[in-house]
Amino acid sequence: MSNMQAWDADRAQARIRELEHLPGALLPILHALQEEFGYIDPVATPMIASALNLSHAEVHGVISFYHDFRHSAPGKHLLRICRAESCQSMGCDALIQHVEKRLGVKLGETTPDQSLTVEQVFCLGNCALSPAVMLDGQPYGRVSPNVADFLIDSARRAQ
Amino acid sequence: MSVRVYVPRDSAALSVGAEGVARAIASEASSRGLDITLVRNGSRGMFWLEPLVEVETAEGRIAYGPVSREAVAGLFEAGFLEGKAHALSLGPTEEIPYLKQQERLTFARCGIVDPLSLSEYVAHSGYRGLRQALTLEPQAIVDAVKTSGLRGRGGAGFPTGIKWNTVLQTEADQKYICCNADEGDSGTYADRMIMEGDPFVLIEGMTIAAIAVKATQGYIYCRSEYPHAFRTMQRAIATAYENGYLGANVAGSGKRFDLEVRLGAGAYICGEETSMLESLEGRRGQIRPKPPLPALEGLFGKPTVVNNLISLATVPIILDKGADYYRDFGMGRSRGTLTIQLAGNIKHGGLVETAFGMTLHDAIYNFGAGTATGRPLRAVQVGGPLGAYFPASFLDTPLDYEAFAARKGMLGHGGIVVFDDTVDLAKQARFAMEFCAIESCGKCTPCRVGSTRGVEVIDRIIANQNRTQNLRLLDDLCELMLDGSLCALGGLIPLPVMSAIRHFPEDFDKPGPTSPALLNPEVLTADREKNPWR
Repeated sequence: MSNMQAWDADRAQARIRELEHLPGALLPILHALQEEFGYIDPVATPMIASALNLSHAEVHGVISFYHDFRHSAPGKHLLRICRAESCQSMGCDALIQHVEKRLGVKLGETTPDQSLTVEQVFCLGNCALSPAVMLDGQPYGRVSPNVADFLIDSARRAQ
Repeated sequence: MSVRVYVPRDSAALSVGAEGVARAIASEASSRGLDITLVRNGSRGMFWLEPLVEVETAEGRIAYGPVSREAVAGLFEAGFLEGKAHALSLGPTEEIPYLKQQERLTFARCGIVDPLSLSEYVAHSGYRGLRQALTLEPQAIVDAVKTSGLRGRGGAGFPTGIKWNTVLQTEADQKYICCNADEGDSGTYADRMIMEGDPFVLIEGMTIAAIAVKATQGYIYCRSEYPHAFRTMQRAIATAYENGYLGANVAGSGKRFDLEVRLGAGAYICGEETSMLESLEGRRGQIRPKPPLPALEGLFGKPTVVNNLISLATVPIILDKGADYYRDFGMGRSRGTLTIQLAGNIKHGGLVETAFGMTLHDAIYNFGAGTATGRPLRAVQVGGPLGAYFPASFLDTPLDYEAFAARKGMLGHGGIVVFDDTVDLAKQARFAMEFCAIESCGKCTPCRVGSTRGVEVIDRIIANQNRTQNLRLLDDLCELMLDGSLCALGGLIPLPVMSAIRHFPEDFDKPGPTSPALLNPEVLTADREKNPWR
């Protein structure tokens, strides 16, 4: 997360060019843009539409369908907390309450200092070590409120 | 001679510190001037023992676990490189009862080899299935898969060979093999383990499928929640290309097969095969009505095999050892092995591959050692978010497609999520509807609207508002969703909801949270003051 670039139309156009030849290129392009900038800027919609010969509505419809794609920049770090059944059985609801209270934000929101976005996720495939979270793409299992505090603090300290 | 030390790179192992352990072992060895080869293997699937470190000795591999970074120096002191005793020693890995009592066919190599070493893959019987397949006519490969009795491991349990046969019999200028690796069910991680621990077996299985049905292009649709699996798959595919196992001339056969791994984007519905195809084509993951079957008109309108990852990863051993070998495992119409994934509130969570037919009880107690919290087990959900909640009295159910169906449950992808006695089944039923509302693709009304109405009705039931009528209404809604939904999401979400009501009625019959307020004017006033809009 922390290596995201600021939005740059030329770079975006270059990434679109790299991938537009693929069959079913839209998802790979959207992933590439989000990986580069952390979100998909609304101005990318017409660029993609024109590259793939789609309507703006079609591109927008795909972006809005998938939970992964964001249309505004997330915080510097991204914490995804699993809310699925396996993690529920090991107390993820309490974990989420703890994190929300501590950060003063709800799931799906970013802290006012823009340091951390907290999202819900349905299953990280780490169900034998519930409750599970993912911080900036790194998995963590058996996450107690204390462990969550530690993870959050170290991420925000590292900036 | 260099000692081989294994520290898993499986993301579950990483989630409890395997990376730090690997680094500590490397630096400790170098500061002591010891020559070790650090192998980053997949996981053996005994997650309560992760990070599980293994050392190769003259007596075979010796296991230590769970190893923390802090324990590494002590392990060196104790002489773990010679397999000597230590408090964390588990003895020879293969002798650990959890592993010893399994029948690992699909997972034969997982946790044993370096997942990215093609030479190790080949040395451990890899690509023998493909070699065998290349000596056969396509129809003979399809017949072998049919004879093996292999059924789709994604949940529906449709015979894999019959699906392949349809694609083989359909003439087209282009056919596709699609691997469904959108393992979204909570409580499952078998697909992830294969992608991270033995990716070549999936590549081999898909290549055999391609040769069997005369397809030349394959896609693996991997969920985005699995970034490690995605990267491992990408690297394994690149290695397979470099070594002539993919591309224009597969293993020197003159046959072409190209393979690419694509990333999903956090939509549970894309685990449904037609939604997955839509997503691969670059569209919203909305389901397609069937017919036409994907086998006739699938990806880009062409005949397509869509199989679950475990089904495809099981194909190589069927071709290698023979259809009869595989079919001889199992019970009734459920042949071969099932990969059970023990999850949730369980002491010894992990992957258990064994012949169909073990009871839920044996899986949870003989392997899983009961709940993690030590409290009594109260409910078990098998088959992911669309699976039924079973009470403790149902633990005698054998793990078999038909036995689960007979109890109005679903075996699904083999995930078993255990809950202790603190679980509130009314809350779980509400979550099922909420999940359906979040993940519905919106194509059909029963699922799109029904799920939201379902949350509201369950909220009223929990709040004790017209409870009897609302329970009847919920029953009616579930029946409508079951009969009227286009796919399994809306069509099966009534399973967890109705099973919760049927088996745990007491959780739906508690004094509602609103009732104390109604009886206590002070609480009511306090509530009003908090909300200025009332």
